[in-house]
Amino acid sequence: MATEQGMPHPAAQQLTPEDFRKIGPDEKQSEVIQRESLSSWRDSWERLRKNKLAMTGLVVMILIVIMAIIGPMISNYDYETNDLMNTNAPPSAEHWFGTDDLGRDVFVRTWMGARISLTVGLAAAAIDLMIGVIYGGIMGYFGGRVDEFMNKFAEILYSIPYLLVTILLLVVFEPSLGTIILALTITGWINMSWIVRGEIMQLKNREFVLASRSMGASAPRLLFRHLIPNAMGPIIVTLTLSVPSAIFSEAFLSFLGLGVQAPVASWGSMINDALSGWMYYPWRMLFPALFISLTMLAFNIFGDGLRDALDPKLKK
Amino acid sequence: MKKHKKLLLLMTLILAFSSVLAACGADKNDQSANSGTGNKPKEQVFRMNLASDPPTLDPGLSQDNTSNTVINAVFEGLVRKGADGTEEPGVAEKWDISEDGLKYVFTLRKDAKWSNGDPVTAKDFEFAWKRVLDPNFTPASPYAYQLYYIKNAEAYNKGEMKDANEVGVKATDDYTLEVTLENPTPYFLSLMSFQTYFPVHKSVEGNASWATKPDTLIGNGPFKVSQMTKGQKIELVKNDQYWDKASIKLEKVQMSIVNSSATELASYRNDELDYAGHPTGNIPTDQLNAVKKELGDELVIKGIASTYFYIFNTTEEPFDNVNIRKAFAMAIDRKAIVEKITQGGQLPAYGFVPPGIKGEKDEYRKEVPDNYFNENLEEAKKLLEQGMKEKGYTTLPEVTLIHNSDDNHKKIALAIADMWKNNLGVTVKVQNQEWGVFLKNRTDLNYQIARSGWGADYNDPMTYIDMWTSTGGNNDTGFKSEEYDKLVKEAYATSDNAKRMELMSQAEKILVQDNQVVMPIYYYSSVSLVKPWVKNLHLDYKGDIDFTRAYIE
Amino acid sequence: MLRYVASKFFYMLVSLFILISATFFLMKAIPGDPFMGEKKPSPEILARLMEQYDLDKPVFQQYTKYLGNIIQGDFGLSMKHQGQSVTDIIVDTFGPSLRLGLIAIVVSVIVGVLLGMLAALYHRKLIDNLAMIISVLGIAVPSFVLASMLQFVLAEKAGLFNVMGFDGPLDYVLPVMALSAQPIAFIARLTRSSMLEVLHSDYIKTAKAKGLNWFAIMFRHVIRNGILPVVTYVGPMTANIITGSVVIEQIFGIGGIGKQFVESITNRDYTVIMGITIFYGILLMLARFVTDIVYVFVDPRIKLSGGKEG
Repeated sequence: MATEQGMPHPAAQQLTPEDFRKIGPDEKQSEVIQRESLSSWRDSWERLRKNKLAMTGLVVMILIVIMAIIGPMISNYDYETNDLMNTNAPPSAEHWFGTDDLGRDVFVRTWMGARISLTVGLAAAAIDLMIGVIYGGIMGYFGGRVDEFMNKFAEILYSIPYLLVTILLLVVFEPSLGTIILALTITGWINMSWIVRGEIMQLKNREFVLASRSMGASAPRLLFRHLIPNAMGPIIVTLTLSVPSAIFSEAFLSFLGLGVQAPVASWGSMINDALSGWMYYPWRMLFPALFISLTMLAFNIFGDGLRDALDPKLKK
Repeated sequence: MKKHKKLLLLMTLILAFSSVLAACGADKNDQSANSGTGNKPKEQVFRMNLASDPPTLDPGLSQDNTSNTVINAVFEGLVRKGADGTEEPGVAEKWDISEDGLKYVFTLRKDAKWSNGDPVTAKDFEFAWKRVLDPNFTPASPYAYQLYYIKNAEAYNKGEMKDANEVGVKATDDYTLEVTLENPTPYFLSLMSFQTYFPVHKSVEGNASWATKPDTLIGNGPFKVSQMTKGQKIELVKNDQYWDKASIKLEKVQMSIVNSSATELASYRNDELDYAGHPTGNIPTDQLNAVKKELGDELVIKGIASTYFYIFNTTEEPFDNVNIRKAFAMAIDRKAIVEKITQGGQLPAYGFVPPGIKGEKDEYRKEVPDNYFNENLEEAKKLLEQGMKEKGYTTLPEVTLIHNSDDNHKKIALAIADMWKNNLGVTVKVQNQEWGVFLKNRTDLNYQIARSGWGADYNDPMTYIDMWTSTGGNNDTGFKSEEYDKLVKEAYATSDNAKRMELMSQAEKILVQDNQVVMPIYYYSSVSLVKPWVKNLHLDYKGDIDFTRAYIE
Repeated sequence: MLRYVASKFFYMLVSLFILISATFFLMKAIPGDPFMGEKKPSPEILARLMEQYDLDKPVFQQYTKYLGNIIQGDFGLSMKHQGQSVTDIIVDTFGPSLRLGLIAIVVSVIVGVLLGMLAALYHRKLIDNLAMIISVLGIAVPSFVLASMLQFVLAEKAGLFNVMGFDGPLDYVLPVMALSAQPIAFIARLTRSSMLEVLHSDYIKTAKAKGLNWFAIMFRHVIRNGILPVVTYVGPMTANIITGSVVIEQIFGIGGIGKQFVESITNRDYTVIMGITIFYGILLMLARFVTDIVYVFVDPRIKLSGGKEG
């Protein structure tokens, strides 16, 4: 690596300042190789739009979000009022998704839960993505001592018992949605950063990167224009893992007392609560689980389509 | 190209199928070895579950149900609890109690032996008791105070008295143990079947880890530990040296260690366990209805001496006002809670001492009915209004109820908060807390309403009453009453049982009726499943299981 | 190489020191003590216990003492499980977790990579879509739900397995299935995604054009280049899985180190918390180290850099 970058070519040493002449900005621009950005985005969008599967995913995601907003409004029940005379009732015209062990309406709770779970899942995933990509990108790109230090920092953070950190947060902060997202992202980004680091280490010696670098592209430019877009596949896959793991971690953390507290519903906590009796009251688990899976499926299909659309190599 | 892809696909499919087949095939061969799908065990083996590893099998250090369950089978005290709850001879074959109730002389049987064949002598008891009381005993025994009934025991344990010979326990010869008490204690004899009073073998001295390995764990009970796998299982086998081995029919007791109640129940249904549920496990509440229908004949529900209650922080607003506390206690529907939520035959509680605790002649709760208050919405609203006026509130500020993380606690808390909201129009926020955080907040009086529970240490109302004195270490309410302290002190001092009961009932009235420091919710029950082939299994008044005399038929 | 290993080892020691310090103070910052419970010990007894375990000393003094003990290889005694040494507890509980974890890893990698390859080769065909749905379900259905369902269907209803226990080889089947479902799904997705990229790259096209044998292309180029993210993921995953899954161990009644760890935190069993944390830290760092080495074998273009700036 060092040889290619650091050592000047023998011929260069014989050059004198007279051999150089000033070039205008236009000429400089022409040496930077890049596709036209506006049309490339439009191009991607066109390709995405033609991908029926991906569009189905997008529509399903939008539908779930719409239901999360209006779901609780179109029902006569609220998410917290108990009806102890009517516990664990199967789905009926009264309660579309049945009731739970305190007689609360599962339909309303499912959509109230969607609000919490989608917020937590998406926020945590977005933060993981941002920190993980930048951190991993820097580790992978610079390598050497920078990599060593950043890597060790991540390893230490990853090894500190998570439960201890959680309990400390519980003591320091009032439970809220914010604390839960904080707790989820404290270590959540590390996996992403490692995946990105590995990819970048592999990519940075590729011909197209060398070409761009030899033309004087700056490090951030190389990272964000060339390296990261080419690592998009694994990034999107890792991202799809962050969302459900955030949704279920939220349930666990709330159970410990961090974050949203009962009777507020979330998909994760509904599934947790339903677990010990699911064989008798399947509806209590089925609906939240179904919508988590649907969301994930839609998210994946869409993510895949998005990757295909963005990836120049897959262009037909 | 296509062909190769197909080949890869084929490979994957073969791999998948073969692993499934391997699993199924192997199963058939292994079936006999696994107790899994069989019906009742062929031998005299009893299988039960412990929700967690017993923290210790040292009787001097034990303080929890799980440890005690194992210790009760591996050790035996001077007396043992009979099936009907009375004291039966254990290592002691007879005993004499002096007129004033201060002196006990136990005569030990000569055929009692340790599992290594050594005789069990009075010296072993003296050694064991003084070991627990020794101020240099490491680690200090949390239940040392259970021995404080013995003369000078407390002073010696606290380091105020240096000479161990002053402690009121003495082996006058190998088979006679003389015990002198501080106060007359009517229930002292029943304490002889409590773990802290069990003997330990001399060889334990200087070996801090004797109770962690089967070969150094020498007991004198009906069983001995043959195998301990951390977090997984404990196996007991019959102890051939036990003096009453003729009454012991079980050859083996296998204890799994699983803290998922759903798994426990599934194993029971799958005939991998002969016993499931209380006291060392749990039946998931969500499946109780189904269990009642499907396994009704095997379900055992029995009231036990424990109370589930909420405590109020009486030092902070708004619960420094007694009328507000009373209003809250009156405005919930306990019947709905036990019938619709806990569903395990618990009884609504309106007093603090639970049924099952001995009174003067009969059960205390039968002699002193728990009519300290009743559920009355109108009255509750009136009291709340009055309390708010006294405190100068126009609306009651939001109140927080804390409980430790557990599904049942959560459900009960949510239901009660909903009842308060509907019945009193007050908003109560329910907050889950991690165990250590919860305990710390409760101890530091950093709460408004907190969940609590209390089980008996011994069979006397005092185990529920003396904790609420001003200096009681478990009084986490800020409640202080000189009158209450005085009643407890008087009850300690008297040997007249009728008077003791009277004094304690007065104290309970102050606690619940006059001050409503605690808000009783229900008296616990023990919910368990027993296979029909298990006979002669007993649960005592506090729900402890005794399987030592059980057998498989 | 030796220099590389030496410098890595040095960094690892420094990291461990930081990890130990951070965890120690974190642990002391949270409320509770090993002797707490619904029934509290009396103040005198509590004070004596605190003294016997040195918990009455200032935290910094406890910390230096602990460091001193560790350097001598003494991890101390558990404060909750009387008389048991932390080393014994780790050794006893790590065994089951390790055995279970290794099997789960092998299963996850083989099945995951195969599934991912198939999906990539049949891109946008039925098999791809099926593999995708399976893997999305694997990711979206958490292991505790899967474990509970497997237990109900295969053990309780079909009677094929024991509900719990960890004695015979059969007892491994359900926990391994529950444990590897998510890694399988994730590895399959990762493999598929990076294989797709490789398959469309120029050098593969060139190789194809040269008429290279299909298996040679697959194994020499496609897998080698497509497997890197999997390697990255498998490193920490190995450390994670062999240090035990609390949920799986709880549900199937396995005496593993994961369950032990959570218990020790709940009980504030300080010495055990520290012992397992250090053990886990070492495992993770080793796994990450091996991952970096494997990179070089998988992709010769990657160069490792040691203490000196590459």
